[in-house]
Amino acid sequence: MPRSISPWEVQRKLLIKAEDKTNPKYGHRPNERSAEELLRYGLVNLDKPAGPTSHEVAAWTKRILKLESVGHGGTLEA
Amino acid sequence: MTGVLPVTLGDATKVVQALLHSGKEYICVMKLHGDTDEEKVRNVLKEFEDILYQRPPLRASVKRQLRTRRIYYLDFLEMQRRNVLFRVGCEGGTYIRKLCFDIGEALGCAAHMQELRRTRAGPFTENDSVTLHDVAYWFGQWQETKDESILKKFIQPMETALALTPKIWIRDSAVDAVCHGASLMAPGITSLETGIYKGVLVAVLSLKGEVVALGNATASSEEILTLNHGIVAKAERVLMPRGTYPKCWESGEKTNEQAR
Repeated sequence: MPRSISPWEVQRKLLIKAEDKTNPKYGHRPNERSAEELLRYGLVNLDKPAGPTSHEVAAWTKRILKLESVGHGGTLEA
Repeated sequence: MTGVLPVTLGDATKVVQALLHSGKEYICVMKLHGDTDEEKVRNVLKEFEDILYQRPPLRASVKRQLRTRRIYYLDFLEMQRRNVLFRVGCEGGTYIRKLCFDIGEALGCAAHMQELRRTRAGPFTENDSVTLHDVAYWFGQWQETKDESILKKFIQPMETALALTPKIWIRDSAVDAVCHGASLMAPGITSLETGIYKGVLVAVLSLKGEVVALGNATASSEEILTLNHGIVAKAERVLMPRGTYPKCWESGEKTNEQAR
C-alpha cells in the first residue's frame, strides 16, 4: 500500500472563470475586522492542557473572553 | 490528551463543520506488553498505512458502528524498551487508542496507548497554537489598552479554518442571495479551485475573501468552469449576515406583481 496523500499535502490550482471587481462599500477583508467582529467571527487555535475535557476548555475560553457562545472543532479524545 | 483544539468564537461556530471531518495528526507513545525488536515494530507500523476498519470504543461519543478511516502516514520515531513513539496522520474520527490496540495484536505482544498529543487539526498545527494562559493574559491586555493588534495575536479570522477546503469566489451581486440560502448559480462565480467534486464541502467566498457560506458542490471543478447556467452548489451553512452586500435579486412575489 503506497503512502496516501493527506489533505494538507494536496495542491490546489486556481481556475479563473470570469473577471469582476468588488465594491469597497460593502463588507471588508477578513484581516480588516474590528475587535468586536474579530470576537464574533474569529477562532483560537488552542493548545489544550492535559486533564480537563475539550468541552471544559471551550467553556473556559468562553468565560475568559466574555462570550455568549463558542464551539470546538473535534473533541480531543482517543 | 493535549494538543491542537480549535475553539470557534460566536458566529464562527458554524465553520466547525469544515474542521470536524478534516484530517488530524498525532504524536503517540504506545506501550508494548512484551519485548519486541525494533525492525518488527517498524514493519508492522508501515502495514497500518492503509484503510482501517474500526468500531468506536465502549466509551465514545458516537454510535458504535464499524466504520472505515484512512491512515495517511504512520511514521516510527523512536523506541525505548517497550515504549514506541510514532507520528500518525489520519482521517478525522480515527481512534488512536484503538489503533494502538490493533498494532499490539498485529505484533502479537499486545499494546496500549500511553500518551497522545494532537499536533494538527485540519489547517491548524501546534506551531501556531496558544495556551489558555496566553488567551487570558492577552485578553486582559486588550481590555486595558483596546489595542486590536493584541487580539490579532491569538484570534484568527474564521476563514483560516477553511484553508484546506476547496474554494469558490463569487461576485458581489451573488453574495446576498447566498446569504438568504439560495443555491449558488454558475454565472455568479468568478474563480474556483481544483479538487471540487459532486458532494464535496466547498467554501463560498466573496471577492474580498470573506466566507459567505459553506456549500455542497453539485458539480466538479472542471464542469463548473464550463457551465453558463444552473446550480453549482447548495448552501449548507450561511456564515455572512444578510444585508452585508446589497440585494441584487427579486423575490418571486415581487416579480409576479411587476408582471401584473
